[in-house]
Amino acid sequence: MARGRGGGAYGGFWRLVEAIGVRDARARWERQSPFLQRAVPPLVIAVLVILVTLPVRTPDPAAMVLLAIAYVLYVLPRRWRRYALPATVMALAVAYPFFIQQADYGRFLFKLPIFNTFPAMTTMVVMVVFAMMAVALNIVVGYAGLLDLGYVAFYALGAYTAAWLASPHASQFGANIDIGGIGIPPGVGGIHISIWIVLLAAALVTAVGGVMIGLPTLRLRGDYLAIVTLGFGEIVSEIARDGDKQTLGFNLTNGPPGINPVDPPGFGAWIAHHLGLPANYLTEAGVYVNFTTVIYWSAIALLLITIFCSIRLRDSRLGRAWIAIREDEVAAAAMGIPLMRTKTWAYASGAFFGGVAGAFFASYKQAVFPDDFYFGISVFVLTMVILGGMGNVWGVVSGAVLLSYLNYEGLNNVSAWLNNNVLSCNAASQDPAKVISGGCVNAPLVSTGIYGAIIVLVMLFRPGGLIPERRRQYEFETGVHDEPLMDVRQAAVE
Amino acid sequence: MYGILELINFAHGDVFMIGGMIAATFVINVFALSPYPGIGMLALAVVVSLAVAMAGCALLNATIERIGYRPLRGAPRLVPLITAIGMSYILENIAFVWKGPRPVSLPPTLPSGDAFTIGTCPKCASYQWSQLFVLIVTVPVLVGLVWLVRYTKRGKAMRATAQDKDAAAMMGIDVNRTISFTFLVAGALAGAAGVIFAFYQQTMQFNTGFTLGLIAFTAAVLGGIGNLQGAVLGGLMIGFIQDFNEGLGWQAPGSAWTHTIVFGILILTLVFRPQGLLGEQIPEGG
Repeated sequence: MARGRGGGAYGGFWRLVEAIGVRDARARWERQSPFLQRAVPPLVIAVLVILVTLPVRTPDPAAMVLLAIAYVLYVLPRRWRRYALPATVMALAVAYPFFIQQADYGRFLFKLPIFNTFPAMTTMVVMVVFAMMAVALNIVVGYAGLLDLGYVAFYALGAYTAAWLASPHASQFGANIDIGGIGIPPGVGGIHISIWIVLLAAALVTAVGGVMIGLPTLRLRGDYLAIVTLGFGEIVSEIARDGDKQTLGFNLTNGPPGINPVDPPGFGAWIAHHLGLPANYLTEAGVYVNFTTVIYWSAIALLLITIFCSIRLRDSRLGRAWIAIREDEVAAAAMGIPLMRTKTWAYASGAFFGGVAGAFFASYKQAVFPDDFYFGISVFVLTMVILGGMGNVWGVVSGAVLLSYLNYEGLNNVSAWLNNNVLSCNAASQDPAKVISGGCVNAPLVSTGIYGAIIVLVMLFRPGGLIPERRRQYEFETGVHDEPLMDVRQAAVE
Repeated sequence: MYGILELINFAHGDVFMIGGMIAATFVINVFALSPYPGIGMLALAVVVSLAVAMAGCALLNATIERIGYRPLRGAPRLVPLITAIGMSYILENIAFVWKGPRPVSLPPTLPSGDAFTIGTCPKCASYQWSQLFVLIVTVPVLVGLVWLVRYTKRGKAMRATAQDKDAAAMMGIDVNRTISFTFLVAGALAGAAGVIFAFYQQTMQFNTGFTLGLIAFTAAVLGGIGNLQGAVLGGLMIGFIQDFNEGLGWQAPGSAWTHTIVFGILILTLVFRPQGLLGEQIPEGG
């Protein structure tokens, strides 16, 4: 709100109001309570916009409800909004399947301009899984300030652990174990363990993997560490691709076809009977509560656990040590923080939740394919963390949701919109393998370039990300290092 | 170049790739070379594409530095590193839009037969013209680089900047200009390498550069960062290791494990001998 001293952002508006005869409008307005000053303007603007657009299109009731919720959140006092905002977002997210799976889409949801429909349920599941990975990577990159370019290694490790512990794969080595396995066809051997135990096991295996990768490499300085982690990522994806009997001599990953099938998630008959939770996700086939919905809710529950642990870790003694290392390694060591052990813990924690995400994703897809694990995934997740705001959990979640939506649906929709409305596109002459052909664009093909541009732009203009962590923002604005002399000189010249 | 800026330029491999793409454009579209053209035509094509690719890549690299790295020089270490990854992705996608997803294949332009042979065939060691071509282009460029870094004023400025930017600035060196110049030189070299690669391997894809850039970085680390002879030695060793691994077929793991071996070497080097084989100064590894 522009106050006093004439001019300001709203100066012209007030001069206009006073010109049409309202005396001292501005002074009188500024005597009102801060609450009114905050609450009234958006209301007025909304009413005006609706009145203007009324002849063109009737306001969409669902959009109105959403706007009203946003308005209430905006008006709430800050200390309530802190809790109300995440709670509302979570409530909407949990209720989302009921809206999106309506037969008459327009009754509860509306079409966005340019972006068209809201994301489908399958996309939502992927979004939540990626949010989980981004929150986990944030522990390594955001809290501890260790750049990890091989995050896909942990994701793959988690997925393949799940594939070993919950599929017929192990039967070729004569291992036949069944601990709460779900959906096993009769007569099929192999290890089948309940997915919830598998998640934990995969997380532990991945955490151990993280420690094993971390121990030799964490002594290195930041940029060497980045390239070594990248190397590990490549090695793991190569093992995933070639780890079959022919190339490796031991059928570890079953090579290019991947391990297929993997058991679906489920709670088993006993829990289903006593607690009412679904016995086998695959058999859920209702209109609203079906396989994807249950998976989606489970993913949200896992994401919430991850976020909770991440925040608790950040505020713990260990988390404060991470942040201290990030800000100044030498000073942190001088204060008695054991560098290696603290960094290794960051690595292990990040790997732990990455493994959960990988195992869960394997169980959701009911298969593991080596083509799903490549360097691009590491950068993709890293972009989420950077875009959202390194170190800020909510920022990272928003970044992840936004980017994975763009990747799986948004870019498609946007280029379809461009082709239909802006460009003179002739779909018949379009070459699906080309970015620009026949007057059409195919934006998803250059998605990595778009991430690259996002990375560069964010780093140049908003290094804190969309929602910067407060401490980190301070660090970026003032700099933790001494100003290099050469730049001081440069500044003096300019 | 890593030596001077202490920044891993992920985009370097992609600059190399752009150089190769420029060469491909000249060979296929401008000169429309048929397989095995006459020596005059070939020389013309090589010289023109070398000139254009070196100039273009030098400018490209300097632009990347100006846009992406210079504004971030005072920022925390991780920031320019992250920008470098972004830049690399942008370049890859530019090439993707330009040349499409499939590898661009060039006609075999270099003369095929043997330049000379040692011993009597068929048990001879032959040296092919195409391999000689690589040497003919590479050696002068490397000699020029060594001369530039060792014996010119600019080279001295580069080395001084690499050691201590602030002290160099106090001695009256324009650090920003020196760094820009370094990027120009590095870009020109990458462009030349791209041209050689395109002529020799006859194929270029939008993502060729990134992997090769990583392998090149491994070579540089193996040889010793900031040490030209070391980089050459490291490059040779990595090349030999790859060849033995892929070509021998005798109890060698085979091409499926190239990455594992190369990055394994990188990790082992960094863990046990962070200064590299020929490096003397220990880069603040600990």
